[in-house]
Amino acid sequence: MHVTSPVRTPLVTGGKTYADVTEDICKQVEGKPTKEWKVAFVISLAVLAYGTVCLFWTWWEGLGVWGLNKTVGWAWDITNFVWWVGIGHAGTLISAILLLFRQKWRTSINRAAEAMTIFAVLCAASFILMHMGRPWLAYWALPLPNTFGSLWVNFNSPLVWDVFAISTYFSVSCLFWYVGLVPDLATIRDRAQNKVSKYIYGVLSLGWNGSARTWSRYEYISLILAGLSTPLVLSVHTIVSMDFATSVIPGWHTTIFPPYFVAGAIFSGFAMVQNLMLVTRVVYKLEDYITFEHIESMNKIITLTGSIVGVAYLTEFFIAWYSGVEYESYAFYNRMAGPYWWAYWAMMTCNVISPQLFWSRKIRRSVKWTFFISVIVNIGMWFERFVIIVTSLHRDYIPSSWAMFSPTMFDIGDYIFSFGFFFTCFFLFSKYLPVINMAEVKGVIKSTSEKLPLKVSGVSKAERLASPAYKKDAE
Amino acid sequence: MENQTKRYWKGLEELRNDETFVKNAHNEFGSFEANDSTQYKSIVDGIGSDRRDFLKVLGFGLAAVSLAACDAPVKKSIPYLNKPTDTFPSIADWYASTYAEGGDYASVLVKTREGRPIKIEGNKQSSVSKGGVSARAHASLLALYDAEKLKGPKKGEADAEWDTVDKEISAQLASIAAKGGQIRIVSSSILSPSTKAVIADFTAKYPTTQHITYDVNSVAGLVKANGDSFGKAIVPSYDFSKAKVIVGLSCDFLGSWIAPHEYSVQYVAGRKLNSGKGGKKDMSRHYQFETTMSLTGANADYRAAVKPSQEGLVALALYNKLSGKGGTSLGADVDKVLDKAVANLKAAQGAALVVSGSNDPNVQVVVNAINSALGAYGTSIDLGTPVYYRQGNDVAMNGLIDNVKAGSIGAVILYGCNPVYDHPRGAELKEALPKVELSVSFADRADETSSLCKYITPAPHYLESWGDAEPKAGFYSLQQPAISLIYKTRQAQSSLLKWSGANPDFYTYLRNYWKANILGGENFEGTWTKALHDGVVEKGAAAAASAGAVAGLDAAIAAVTASYKASATGLEVVLYEKVGMGTGALANNPWLQEFPEPVTKACWDNYASVSQKTAKELGLSQDDVVKIEVKGKSVELPVLIQPGQANGTVSIAIGYGREKAGKSGNGVGVNMYPFIQNKAGFANFSVGEATLTKTGDSHKIAQTQTHETVMGRRAVMQEARLAEYQKDSKAGRYFPHVSTSEGIKSPTEITLWDGYQKPNHSWGMAIDLNSCTGCGACVISCQAENNVSVVGRQEVINRREMHWIRIDRYYSSDADVMDKSLSGSKALEIASDNPEVVFQPLMCQHCGNAPCETVCPVLATTHSTEGLNQMAYNRCVGTRYCANNCPYKVRRFNWFKYFDNDNFDFHYNNDLGKMVINPDVTVRSRGVIEKCSMCVQRIQEGKLNAKKERRRPVDGEIVTACAQSCPTEAIVFGDMNDPASKLSKLLAEEKEGRAFQMLEEINVKPQISYLTKIRNKDVDATKAAAKEAHAEHGGH
Repeated sequence: MHVTSPVRTPLVTGGKTYADVTEDICKQVEGKPTKEWKVAFVISLAVLAYGTVCLFWTWWEGLGVWGLNKTVGWAWDITNFVWWVGIGHAGTLISAILLLFRQKWRTSINRAAEAMTIFAVLCAASFILMHMGRPWLAYWALPLPNTFGSLWVNFNSPLVWDVFAISTYFSVSCLFWYVGLVPDLATIRDRAQNKVSKYIYGVLSLGWNGSARTWSRYEYISLILAGLSTPLVLSVHTIVSMDFATSVIPGWHTTIFPPYFVAGAIFSGFAMVQNLMLVTRVVYKLEDYITFEHIESMNKIITLTGSIVGVAYLTEFFIAWYSGVEYESYAFYNRMAGPYWWAYWAMMTCNVISPQLFWSRKIRRSVKWTFFISVIVNIGMWFERFVIIVTSLHRDYIPSSWAMFSPTMFDIGDYIFSFGFFFTCFFLFSKYLPVINMAEVKGVIKSTSEKLPLKVSGVSKAERLASPAYKKDAE
Repeated sequence: MENQTKRYWKGLEELRNDETFVKNAHNEFGSFEANDSTQYKSIVDGIGSDRRDFLKVLGFGLAAVSLAACDAPVKKSIPYLNKPTDTFPSIADWYASTYAEGGDYASVLVKTREGRPIKIEGNKQSSVSKGGVSARAHASLLALYDAEKLKGPKKGEADAEWDTVDKEISAQLASIAAKGGQIRIVSSSILSPSTKAVIADFTAKYPTTQHITYDVNSVAGLVKANGDSFGKAIVPSYDFSKAKVIVGLSCDFLGSWIAPHEYSVQYVAGRKLNSGKGGKKDMSRHYQFETTMSLTGANADYRAAVKPSQEGLVALALYNKLSGKGGTSLGADVDKVLDKAVANLKAAQGAALVVSGSNDPNVQVVVNAINSALGAYGTSIDLGTPVYYRQGNDVAMNGLIDNVKAGSIGAVILYGCNPVYDHPRGAELKEALPKVELSVSFADRADETSSLCKYITPAPHYLESWGDAEPKAGFYSLQQPAISLIYKTRQAQSSLLKWSGANPDFYTYLRNYWKANILGGENFEGTWTKALHDGVVEKGAAAAASAGAVAGLDAAIAAVTASYKASATGLEVVLYEKVGMGTGALANNPWLQEFPEPVTKACWDNYASVSQKTAKELGLSQDDVVKIEVKGKSVELPVLIQPGQANGTVSIAIGYGREKAGKSGNGVGVNMYPFIQNKAGFANFSVGEATLTKTGDSHKIAQTQTHETVMGRRAVMQEARLAEYQKDSKAGRYFPHVSTSEGIKSPTEITLWDGYQKPNHSWGMAIDLNSCTGCGACVISCQAENNVSVVGRQEVINRREMHWIRIDRYYSSDADVMDKSLSGSKALEIASDNPEVVFQPLMCQHCGNAPCETVCPVLATTHSTEGLNQMAYNRCVGTRYCANNCPYKVRRFNWFKYFDNDNFDFHYNNDLGKMVINPDVTVRSRGVIEKCSMCVQRIQEGKLNAKKERRRPVDGEIVTACAQSCPTEAIVFGDMNDPASKLSKLLAEEKEGRAFQMLEEINVKPQISYLTKIRNKDVDATKAAAKEAHAEHGGH
């Protein structure tokens, strides 16, 4: 253990002992599902069922049930795809980059964030399949040996890069997540009361015995995976952005896209983590683990990435004007003042203005504000992709082809499907797996050498600092 | 080198090198007798297998089971038991024939495959239609495979047998004739001389018979005027190519008036330009005065919008100004154009032509006087060679309806017409027709009229029939069947012959007629075979007749002055005929229903066109349903805002609102025929003053293009004025530049790509925007050639039409093109009140650096070694990335399965309709992208034919459907690697002239070049200066 200075604020409040941590986290897995969980799970199953019906009809009838047309060939499908991939960025960022930077506060949130990543990437992948005219042939996008002659995939196509990027990202994220779960699964196995769960968690924990050797391997693999997945955090959305950046369509053909997409992805990913964690925190009574420090740190990252995104928006406009390219200028004029102006201004308000509210300490430490702004940010980021995709396509080079896009109930229904899928997965995860990485949290419980008297344990730092009575004790 | 290592052996056998040991040395477990029996035997024979074969057997079993499970359905195709002599499977046969329906005429070549006609092309040997085939004629092919036609004769509602029907009709005709009852044969214009002879024979048998002809789009007024003026009651031949100045007065001669395709060819001949050395750098000038923005008006150099109530006065003003007399003012805008036109007409003495679409004989008399004064007779108008496209007599038809109502007609035989639907007094006829003792119709379906008849004796489609035509005096063409009868139908001629007691074999009759009257008896078999092969027999036109003084002018002037008003405030309704749908006779043709009207780009509907100003005044916006009331009749229609429409007028197309046409035609639009006015016996499309009220409903009009202007994008559309062009053949061209670190460069000099080698051929096209009138024949031709699906009204509204070639239409804008500000861009979206119009055919540009090819994840779209951008439908997984990345937006996605799908109940949903499919082109399944292939199947066929004969393909041998069907040869297709090809020569001439490629600055290197549009308009001095100033800055 590192020696830490006593002034460092504790990462876990409430004076938790190791046993408390185990108890607090495991009780959700071991106990009967709560009423709230049941209600939420049934709702998400219902949403999934409705979405599945819509999805089935989309595949049965053809993509004509969507609102796409000869000019706008992608709209909600790819908007949703990019949106979900973006959301899927926070998990790896938290677990990999923050691990490398030794940001210990990440331990309380990385498990749920990684799970969210995996489910979000699955949702994104579902849109890759969905948007295909003939999804049953999706495997043709893989470089598989085949009997079709010398047919191979087109390595020039960013969609092929996408296939590699997303599948790599998905597998590394899964691995990372699972490796992180092993010590906790072993804990649950050891506590299991019935044979079935003992068996299941036993198999899942891969024979973990808590020896120094297993811990050492665990640490190594975590570090290696963190090293491997750090470039992935940057590469996945870079490649997704190349779907657009390498094209000839004004508004897509932009070199700024890779950094701008990555920043946007982290932006929306953190917002989604905030949303999920704030709810889990309350429902599972994890206030001591997910503290205001966590919320505040994440809000700071949201403000940072939101500002990067805002600068990117302005840079695009500057370049559109400065380049003197007729089509580029028009594309951006059209975003701002064309028929889809409302989408553009929704994006600007949600993504550029709303995160700036976090400059106020009061707002960034407020659960309600954080939750609200995180929702707004995710709406804004959805609009960002909609603006990029639809407003660029609907008025490109040849004015005779200019057209409008409006969604049908199946565009909406298939989007709803992904929500149903995501939340069903997330609720199953939150019930059957530990939502907080117990092993790692135990490692940071004593990150401060300060000893709190019993009576102040569970009192927040802000309160302690504000009240002189506590201050004296703290000293 | 000696092996120094020690040797070990497994046993004595190895040391001894036993025979059995050597034999089994490869075997892991040594000698094993049973193995010998499996040697060289199949592993599936069930004879004991060794360990190593286990996985093979397992794998085979798995594969066999899966293969058996996905057994493909067997489709039985039956080969010819006795192969027909002339039919070779997969090799097309061509027959010359004639399309002559309702006054439309074209000499055609019919392509048949395995006995099925699958395509119609123009017959270049005809000097009348000159290889031009209209969109409607192309689409007439599909009517052959209309599953809703009658399958045999009908008596009332019931099916009947020919024998019974013939007996009953003959008996009734005889009894009617015996008691002196009147018999009437009612038809649209019949171009066929032999059919007229059959009718004459019929009349001889039943002397009370009269043949009454009426035209829906009547020019009876013109015929009457020529009769009055010159004593020749005919439609003369016009030659637009001989006129330097053309003035059209509400006359859509390129779209719907008399013989638009013939006129288009002539018109464009006078407007072709050539930038080569000594090339033609002069073109005719065209003025148009009209209410509706017609295809002709869209092509005019100067156009003025006039109200229908001014129509006669425009002609009169023109006459007065030409003869130096002053006239009443028709408003500043019109007067200005009139003065200009008069000055040009005067200068072009002897090479001028004024045509009027009016059906008012008085107006036509005035026009005759103008043409006479201009010396047009004998040059651009030939009274010596009448044309027979319109023979209708409005007065006689009105008389017939009166007689039928009065009950004085004993029998009515309807041939090629549907008066209950398309005559203004159809409703009266509908009441009266069932009371006629005997009524027989030759209609191919139980339509509005024939369903009221006692008998329907259906005549087959023209591609199943013998016949002939004389479109113009001295010009004959033959019609031969290209398929045997599909249903139990019989030609009208045979029926008439049968009922008049003659031999019903019309083929023999036709031959005899031609022997007697056209070809002569000498070497008849030879001349007949040649005539049948060529399709046409042309005896040449009579010497062009000039005309004397125009008689009855003063009376006509007085009548015109009395019946037209220089300025009227009311809202006037005028009817017009659409280029595609025409009179509505082919309403059940999904190709035509989905054909975008060239100017409005609307399909599947008719609508009330109003000008922008009128719409604003009346508070109307596009798609608002309005109730229009004229003279006690009312109709509800959606509004279409039409730039160029005369203010205070509403234009509505005829040909819609069919009730008994069939699934595709029924209920589409509103029937406007009842609104046609009877003006002194002549059908008048100018309906009169109307009241218009909004109903509050909305009805979306299906348009394939909704943005009206080109947004000042000169990389898309390049145009210039004639005077500028004469000074500099590159006038109007746009040369983009890119600033680089090495200075300013042309975008084509900067590239990431290596490009493709085109060692053998390099197929390409040049499209002359100055020759394209926008008629759209190519659109239907392409649809027929390439099995392009019909998607229906709602899907067009959803912007998902599948046409591989489209004709973009742009209106000019009053806004400043150079103003790139926000408000400037907004203003550019708004079309001028009276815009200049330009048409631009657009299909896949077959880019050398194709953006679609790089983005396809599965290589479904690739580049050929001949410059083609190819599409492998089978490989496509449908990501639509290519369509998104196509800068020209020419790629089409199969959103649904468009065949065998009840949601798309068009010809692909029934077995007969599918007969029209071109077997050389795949019908695309749902979920794949498709696009123009540059008719790769034709290229392949041409190359194979050449290869068989061990030669190179000859220029002109291979031609795409669009290029072949373009009446004005605006599209030239060829091999750019062949320096002798027409295309290479044209591009060589225009390289330093009008040739440009769309969107040059993105350097996609299309195989298709465009030639700039040149307008014969005076150069506006101030604008020209501004343009030059801008050109110096250039685009970056």
